[in-house]
Amino acid sequence: MHITVNAKPHDISAQTLAGALAELGVVSPAIATAVNGLFVARDARATTRLAAGDRVEILAPMQGG
Amino acid sequence: MLIFIVLSVAIWAVGAQMRLPRRLRWALIGVLYLGVLLAMAVLPQGSNLRAGLGESFAEWAMLGVLAALVWGYRRLLRRIRARVAPPAEVARAPLEAADLTRYARHILLREIGGMGQKRLQEARVLVVGAGGLGSPVIQYLAAAGVGTLGVIDDDVVEGSNLQRQVIHTPADIDLPKVFSATRSVAAQNPSVVVKPYNRRFDASTAALVQDYDLVIDGTDTFETRYAVNAACVAGGVALISGAIGQWEGQVSLFHPASGGPCYQCLFPQAPAAGLAPSCAEGGVVGPLPGVIGTMMALEAVKHLTGAGDTLAGRLLIWDGLYAENRVIKIARRADCACCGARAA
Repeated sequence: MHITVNAKPHDISAQTLAGALAELGVVSPAIATAVNGLFVARDARATTRLAAGDRVEILAPMQGG
Repeated sequence: MLIFIVLSVAIWAVGAQMRLPRRLRWALIGVLYLGVLLAMAVLPQGSNLRAGLGESFAEWAMLGVLAALVWGYRRLLRRIRARVAPPAEVARAPLEAADLTRYARHILLREIGGMGQKRLQEARVLVVGAGGLGSPVIQYLAAAGVGTLGVIDDDVVEGSNLQRQVIHTPADIDLPKVFSATRSVAAQNPSVVVKPYNRRFDASTAALVQDYDLVIDGTDTFETRYAVNAACVAGGVALISGAIGQWEGQVSLFHPASGGPCYQCLFPQAPAAGLAPSCAEGGVVGPLPGVIGTMMALEAVKHLTGAGDTLAGRLLIWDGLYAENRVIKIARRADCACCGARAA
């Protein structure tokens, strides 16, 4: 299934957001996620199903000022 | 006649020599003239003196009338001029008029106008961090006429700051950033009150946010970011938060008191040390804090004046390397460790 992660195309086999993160090797507990421009809280990732063409955002908090 | 002119010139010259005021010199010539007139009136026809002066009383009287007319005309002219040109004190424009000029382009905007400008003037904004993001935030808010700016930072200016922290100059190196920023604002807009706090923002300074209408966070550590967020949630104060690293930046407005999420709703915990580099560790492109910081200043102007829609409930991500920006909608988490327990 083709999805976009942080504006770059990816091909994944997982069906959920949590599965996609695992497949992409994203393990940091500090990141925030969004699907199609909507924030998805950490607890909701396992139940958030992905569809082809979805835009996934993986955001790391930044500290610089 | 000749003798009168010679005498008048002599009075003027001697008077100038003695540094008599012009007025007095004119008065002396006037006395001479009156003397001549008197001589004409009193002396009998044919007397030597009268012959030397030119005989006719009427001619002399006419000369006096002419001189009086010239004098009167000049006085009148001077009086009219004085009425048209205001005296020096009034010529210096009062503060209100100067403000109308300074903020004319704000007042023209339908969404800001005179009322909005007044709100900016009455506003108190606390800027946490006078570095890359703090520089444009402080400069633009001062220029825009925000009445009181608190600035809190415990850093001193270093040479490696100058590539992007445009409020500081080489002359400010080793000076606490808050004092360098204060000096810059004083030069840019002297009517802005700056309150410098030369210390780090932490739990001990948290109560400070309650003296302000809005807090703007552009600090450089997660520790301070979470402390500022907690203080704003506790005080019910809106927080505009911006962060940058390398080529990318993030901005949002957090205000749980009006229903939105807080910083910790979005990022429940800080990354492990070393995973998210600071600007000192990872580098940062010079104009990036300018882009993100001016966006923060713009959000502040909107929040304070009520113009448009702010970034409350949205996070803007600016990718400077590919010139792209993305916005995601963010919402409050009921189980947020910071604002969840206080959820209404």
